[in-house]
Amino acid sequence: MLRLEKLVKTYKTGDQALKAVDLNVPEGQVMALIGPSGAGKSTLIRCINRLVEPTSGKVYLSNVELTGLSTGALRRERRRMGMIFQEYALIERLTVMENVLSGRLGYVGFWRSFLRKFPQSDIDEAFRLLDRVGLAHMADKRADELSGGQRQRVGICRALIQDPALLLVDEPTASLDPKTSRQIMRLICELCKERGLAAIINIHDVALAQMFVQRVIGLRFGAVEFDGLPEGLTPDVLTTIYGEEDWEATIEKVDDESAVA
Amino acid sequence: MSDIQSRIGTPWKKPPFVQRAWLRWALLLGFVCYLIAAYLTIDVNWTRVYVGLERGKQFILAFTSPDFTSRSGDIWEGMLESIIMTIASSVVGIAISIPIALGAARNIAPLPVYLLCRSIIAISRALQEIIVAILLVAIFGFGPLAGFLTLSFATIGFLSKLLAEDIESMDRAQAEAIKASGSRWLQWINYGVQPQVMPRLIGLSIYRVDINFRESAILGLVGAGGIGATLNTAFDRYEYDTAAAILLIIILIVMSLEYISGIIRERVQ
Repeated sequence: MLRLEKLVKTYKTGDQALKAVDLNVPEGQVMALIGPSGAGKSTLIRCINRLVEPTSGKVYLSNVELTGLSTGALRRERRRMGMIFQEYALIERLTVMENVLSGRLGYVGFWRSFLRKFPQSDIDEAFRLLDRVGLAHMADKRADELSGGQRQRVGICRALIQDPALLLVDEPTASLDPKTSRQIMRLICELCKERGLAAIINIHDVALAQMFVQRVIGLRFGAVEFDGLPEGLTPDVLTTIYGEEDWEATIEKVDDESAVA
Repeated sequence: MSDIQSRIGTPWKKPPFVQRAWLRWALLLGFVCYLIAAYLTIDVNWTRVYVGLERGKQFILAFTSPDFTSRSGDIWEGMLESIIMTIASSVVGIAISIPIALGAARNIAPLPVYLLCRSIIAISRALQEIIVAILLVAIFGFGPLAGFLTLSFATIGFLSKLLAEDIESMDRAQAEAIKASGSRWLQWINYGVQPQVMPRLIGLSIYRVDINFRESAILGLVGAGGIGATLNTAFDRYEYDTAAAILLIIILIVMSLEYISGIIRERVQ
């Protein structure tokens, strides 16, 4: 469904963030992207929807090649890639509802969005999504009144209302407490399953990733070092990705995860 | 740490800004010498000051008996003209400033647009209001039209620059999130940028209304209409009591604008 071919990103400073990354994500697969800071995780997912322009290589989303698209065509393809951000990236001074509806901007004209006159079907869907994440009663609150976990739920709604085929998720739990982190990860994975979405999730917390995803990619210095099942993350593998450290505590299996919900 | 023992018990001082002691003292001495030399060049004619003090006293005393009535027609007319000039020039100036500010923000505008908008701002800021007013009075003749155009022009330089700087320091992630949804450029500005800079835009606009009103009182001196013209006439006729009345009204209006702007800025946070 998503295919990267020899994707390279070299920044103007000369830093090679991605070195010819090849990757294939099948329909409906939830995949974690792990690796040390600066390994190119954020760059990789931003190169897919071209918030960062890749230097060379190809990106195919359901057989549409993205790197060569014109502005207008890219805009249409971006609608099919929902993005969830680190630190939520909600528009702080807009309401929860406006934030969710902003996910529909790719589908409605300027004047409709400017006057906040979204089609009824979009509004209904926004309420359904907010209800699904338990925030329907917050619709008219301003985004900066919400707690971290609530904000990230709004961020998830904003990505899902785009009706995407793929979710690009950048450090969704970076500023959340351990319990909220698990809830958010579980929510993302459940929603992907319900809707048959593929997802690429950048994540620092290896144990959390192991708990929820079907496949893990380890990135180091812009190259894929590991590609396999979460169970395959042995201390040796983590050492090749991150460097020498005592890994036993990190990958300890958490059996009572359901008790936390 | 081997030298930690020698550190214990010794006081700590912030390292001086200029490291070399001789240079530090030389700079300080040079500054004092400059102050003394600068003071010596001021040529004050104390007898003239003594005569002038009397006029100053009359002027200040006039404030104790401001004359609102004998020229009330002129004052009212001038004030109305000033207020109309202020409102019209603020509205037009702000409306033109917003697109220029967007163009002058490096993080959203391509380089050619950026350079163009920055040069418009530079020109507007380089030309002092009085000079522009004199030029425009020469072109359009005496009256509030020249004043209105001057203030609009000055508003562009002020508002575009400060708004552009606010846009440049906005949170990139929020704007990025809107872009990632596949929005058009205008939608991106409306959702991703505008909410972030709105408090600043409103604050700056009110401040500019304030400035435009005060400037409109000055521009009258070069014939660009408004209350300044009335004030100028009052001075020319040595009618300090009328001038005092005008100044009091200006102070009152500026103060109430200040008060209103405080309330509005609090509301839009």
